[in-house]
Amino acid sequence: MLRNAWLIPALPVVSFALILFFGKRLPNKGHEIGILFVGGAFVLSSICAVQWISRPADYVVPAAGHADVGAAAGEEHAADASSPATGPVAATTAERNGPGAAHEAEPIRRPVDRQVTWFETGGIKIKAGTHMDGLSVMLVFVVSLISLLVHVFSTNYMHDDRRYTHFFAALSLFTAGMLVMVTSSNTLQLLFGWEMMGLCSFMLIGHWWEEKNNSDAALKAFFTTRTGDIGLLVGISILFAAAGNTFDIATINDHALSGAIGTTALVCAAAALLCAVIGKSAQFPLHTWLPDAMAGPTPVSALIHAATMVVAGVYLVARLYGVFWQGFHIGDGGINPVALFGGITILIAAALAFVQNDIKKVLAYSTVSQLGYMVMALGVGAWGAGIFHLFTHAFFKGLLFLGAGSVSHSVHSFDMKKDMGGLKKTMPVTFWTFLIGSVALAGIFPLAGFWSKDEILVGASGNGYPIFLIVGLVGAFMTAAYMTRCVYLTFFGEFRGHGHPHESPKPITVPLVILAGFSVVAGLLNIPALELFTKWTANATVIAAGVPEHGFSVGLAGLGLLMGFGGIATGYAYYVKNLGPHRLTQRSKPALAGYRFLENKYFLDRLYTDMIVGGIKGPVARAAYWINQNVLDGVVNGAAAVSRAVANFTYDVIDQKVVDGVVNGAGAGAEEGGSALRVLQTGRVQQYAAFLFGAVVLMGGALVLFA
Amino acid sequence: MYLNQFLFLAAFLFCVGVYGVLARKNGVLVLMSVELILNAVNVNLVAFGAFHNTVVGQVFALFVITIAAAEVGVGLAIVLLIYRNKHSIDLSEVDLMKG
Repeated sequence: MLRNAWLIPALPVVSFALILFFGKRLPNKGHEIGILFVGGAFVLSSICAVQWISRPADYVVPAAGHADVGAAAGEEHAADASSPATGPVAATTAERNGPGAAHEAEPIRRPVDRQVTWFETGGIKIKAGTHMDGLSVMLVFVVSLISLLVHVFSTNYMHDDRRYTHFFAALSLFTAGMLVMVTSSNTLQLLFGWEMMGLCSFMLIGHWWEEKNNSDAALKAFFTTRTGDIGLLVGISILFAAAGNTFDIATINDHALSGAIGTTALVCAAAALLCAVIGKSAQFPLHTWLPDAMAGPTPVSALIHAATMVVAGVYLVARLYGVFWQGFHIGDGGINPVALFGGITILIAAALAFVQNDIKKVLAYSTVSQLGYMVMALGVGAWGAGIFHLFTHAFFKGLLFLGAGSVSHSVHSFDMKKDMGGLKKTMPVTFWTFLIGSVALAGIFPLAGFWSKDEILVGASGNGYPIFLIVGLVGAFMTAAYMTRCVYLTFFGEFRGHGHPHESPKPITVPLVILAGFSVVAGLLNIPALELFTKWTANATVIAAGVPEHGFSVGLAGLGLLMGFGGIATGYAYYVKNLGPHRLTQRSKPALAGYRFLENKYFLDRLYTDMIVGGIKGPVARAAYWINQNVLDGVVNGAAAVSRAVANFTYDVIDQKVVDGVVNGAGAGAEEGGSALRVLQTGRVQQYAAFLFGAVVLMGGALVLFA
Repeated sequence: MYLNQFLFLAAFLFCVGVYGVLARKNGVLVLMSVELILNAVNVNLVAFGAFHNTVVGQVFALFVITIAAAEVGVGLAIVLLIYRNKHSIDLSEVDLMKG
């Protein structure tokens, strides 16, 4: 199955086409196709995962150096030589063989590569293929699982929607985009999957486009991520040229680590790719699209936030880690852009989560903040911790979003302050699963978030990044506090909405329960004695780069836990018990200003629309007007005065006597010629065409005869 | 590889297209005939490309297909507007430019 991994993204693509063409005629309006095919993809991914885990760990990764690149290149030549015999589309399997010399590095599972030549142009073979290693296998499993649950959830949540079939088609294509991206063996295919997701997010966020807000949000998501995507295109192009005309990710990483790519090119490529990450993974300062993307249906939000789209950026860093590691000197400590953007994002997004009243927006900012954790982890050299957090976050964030969907399904609103409260009794399943998700997010032992967050903290402290350790701890505190606020406002107290809320039906609660189960156990994969997850996802690039590994630290775990409990206690005291400085915003000007600052999302949207767009429009228009008034008009007026003097002279002498005679003669001639030619101008296009063809035939004939 | 049959096919398509453009009254059919002409060119491009063993011909043909798609889009929009104003797409009735 690992060799045939291309089937996994292929299934949702087929599903997309089938739903689009036949969905409306089916009894269930197409959702059966979606569930069947995505379910199939999930089964295949599970088989992949089992096969990967049972694969013997016998691949000793050589240290980064020229020898390795030589071996890889030689191997490619061997594969190329065998391909013409079987035709242009020859499947060449190249399992990457290192020299396998004795080395102190622990052996890992060998990645499974399979490539076919897609097309050949200008002597460069563009390949398409799958590259399955621990990271890819983990992601296909998570993506297909979450997508399947979202499909099931949507059958009820989106019931009676006017574009029900269309919704499922887009959902399938979205899943396919992510699967294409995570299984791809080259950057070109990766770009393809990346853009597929961009398109689908646009379609799904704007699913209810009849309302202006929703279509605006869709456009905003599309344009903002697009701003970053330019970076991806540039980065891929630089790497293509710098790594010797290849899109192959493994080769690029090898070249980056061995120093075959120049420092300047590497820094430029890493910076360009970081732009793409900032756009797609909603990092500061391009995070503004993600909360607006809540305009889409809730299952879509769950899919975007948990498994696809936003983690694409994190995946990009993890996949091209050689480039970032070497380009930004991550191993050296100090401050580097990846960690810096991640760290800033953690704090600013967490702060924004406090002032939101829309439950989905709280979760959206929480996602932004958690993505900050992942990016920061990768930035401080804690590769394993970053993707482990990606893994655990997918479950509990998917759970929280679906939980929010379940709540809104019942109370028909997203506003926590106006329409929720006291739902604990009426919606027990939703309440308990949401609570599990929140606690896991807050990083409380022994749920999933605790283990992954702790690994990030350990990585930050162990690799010499004390600042980011503090950022991580503060972030953990804030996370716990705003989730306490969110859970309290939604489920405790008195019900403030209208009507009678009720527990959601089975298609909604079953995915919640499954995800809650994963949120509890996912973290246990990496408990200190076993560290299964670390072993399973051990990555050749990361080992070759010499990324340090750190064990479990009881002290930091305790500190992290303390922060989590402290956050919950603070949130409880402030929001539930009403302790602390309430109504501060009404008493003190600075506090009010701070609140306004948060409420307006740091004025970033204002910055983008008014200052940048308006700033470019306004001055340019004013400058153009000034030039028009002073320069052009001056020239024109001056020229007019001069010419008037000249004109007076010429009028009397030349014009009246000489020119008029010629002009009148010409006019008379033109008039007669015109009335003669007038017959030709019939206004009929076809007649003109006939003249045209006739002329061309004459000229062509002349060319043939006389040239 | 024989080039001739491709060239004959292209020439035939081209002639059919020219006939359509000049003789048909229906605006949509005229547009379709234009497509025929363009595709005749495509056949030539691809045939010569294959004959000379380069991909340039195919690349060129792809460009032609793209432009043709855009052209049909604009053309159909014009036909639609003509229909809206005149309730007919007979091109012989469209002679506003008559001098």
